[in-house]
Amino acid sequence: MVNIRLENVAVALGKRDVVRSASASFAPGTLTGIVGPNGAGKSTLARAMLALVPHAGRILVDDVEVATMSRAELAKRVAYLPQGQTLHWPLTVERLVELGRLPHLAPMSRIGEADTAAIERAIERADVAGLRDRVATELSGGERARVLLARALAVEAPALIADEPLASLDPGHQIDVMELLQGEARAGGVVIAVLHDLTMAARYCDRLVLIDNGTVVADGTPAEVLTPANLKSVYGIDAKVELTGDWPTITTLGRSR
Amino acid sequence: MTISRPLLITGLLALTLVAAIGSILFGPVHLSLARMVAAFTGHGDRIATTILLELRLPRMLLGLGVGAILGLAGAALQGYLRNPLAEPSVLGTSNAAALGAVAALYFGLAELHPIVLPVLAVLCALVSLMALFLLAGRSESPLTLILAGIAVATLATAGVSLALNLSPNPFAAMEIMTWLLGSLENRSFEHVWIAYPCIAIGALLLFWDGRALDALTLGEDGAQALGVDIQRTRIRLLLGTAIGVGGAVAVSGAIGFIGLIVPHLVRPLTDRSPSAILLPSAIGGAALLTFADLAVRLIDTKNELKLGVVTAFLGVPVFLIHLMRERRLW
Repeated sequence: MVNIRLENVAVALGKRDVVRSASASFAPGTLTGIVGPNGAGKSTLARAMLALVPHAGRILVDDVEVATMSRAELAKRVAYLPQGQTLHWPLTVERLVELGRLPHLAPMSRIGEADTAAIERAIERADVAGLRDRVATELSGGERARVLLARALAVEAPALIADEPLASLDPGHQIDVMELLQGEARAGGVVIAVLHDLTMAARYCDRLVLIDNGTVVADGTPAEVLTPANLKSVYGIDAKVELTGDWPTITTLGRSR
Repeated sequence: MTISRPLLITGLLALTLVAAIGSILFGPVHLSLARMVAAFTGHGDRIATTILLELRLPRMLLGLGVGAILGLAGAALQGYLRNPLAEPSVLGTSNAAALGAVAALYFGLAELHPIVLPVLAVLCALVSLMALFLLAGRSESPLTLILAGIAVATLATAGVSLALNLSPNPFAAMEIMTWLLGSLENRSFEHVWIAYPCIAIGALLLFWDGRALDALTLGEDGAQALGVDIQRTRIRLLLGTAIGVGGAVAVSGAIGFIGLIVPHLVRPLTDRSPSAILLPSAIGGAALLTFADLAVRLIDTKNELKLGVVTAFLGVPVFLIHLMRERRLW
């Protein structure tokens, strides 16, 4: 079990304030979607939570500031699936998923039975068993996305931050991935996903954090966050939101004038 | 083409053993097997004993050690920079070490004490690293590091060329040139004691980060999120390269291509992860350089061929084949 808390987080990249003021807390058992327009600071906020960019304010994982934690310590608690990851060497899928065990291995040690079991579970859950012996750099975009998700799952960290896990996936695999993330949360994990597909976000997330211009503008259940007024002010779109079904459905009508 | 790791390591070790034995058996002076056995068991005549123990043995040991660190440094740098063209000279380390050696020769410092030349070579390699840090700043991008490396390497090469250009007489120019082309001719155990500690420290530092290099397959963010402390990895890698390669260049001169060829040759036989090629590259480098050194002794020329010349001739075809294979894939 782990919890993540953001208190007035601000991140500047060069001279640009990408995240201005973000406060939120993420509890175990919840799948939280971070949504917002392009350039809103979603990915930067995710990277700040992994201490990949310096930040002002406080980011606490289990009440410890991430900037003071060792990389190894943070890596065991929070797994990260970066956006659009490039692979620099043509590893096999199995070898790539194995990289997820790195936070648990001492230098120059071998992988043990527990690691092998975790790798198998991750391969199973991300549905990539059939790709096991393929070379990861030769896969299709969707296959590669699932393999990289398996890599992140293999860490078996109590928290998972996935940056656009649905990019380049077909609708079937999008549902698979969202159900998988939801399953992770139901099993007691903290799961945070940066998402662009609002319908998917509304359908699967327990909670949404809407970010615009580096600031959290709304935080709550999908129905509370995805209001026509919010969509208009943040995305600049006119949209119809129906709350009659099991989850809110959003129909984009057009650019708002 | 992947073969099992124990098989690969055993094969490479066998190859290295053949190279090492060949290096002892063959040389400009022909010795019968009986004389050599006698020399090694302590009953030999003086000439055979001197040739074997004071000429061929240190030469063989240096060939193995220098080859190993060059191969290893090439493999580690390729992994770290995620660039299959990287090798010690990319970061300017070899060139800077050569500049240190040449400076020692040019200013006559090398005559003060035998230790001066290697110390200057390692020092220059370290200074080149500091320059590299200054130039690359806090950026962690491989591109910045390579650009900084090119700047440092160019400066070092310019310094060496200047020394060649201004050298007082043809003999001095020849000496500097010899150093730049690389050679293991007339090396003694004194050179072994200079090179081996540096090579050992360098190798330890370079082997340390195999896992981190694997993680870098996922890029710097990906690696850091897997618990890799990238700054420390970088410092270990650069220090390992400077000390190991600096110490090697100090006794052998600059020998190119080993750090480029060997990782390329062994990579297809492994699972292609950076950590998997470290040990094979070290062993393969030892074998290749020892074979190359054997070749310079066996090929009958008026002046003994320089090692760097042979490795360059060996390297170019391997490199071209690789290039063509890459391009066909495109």
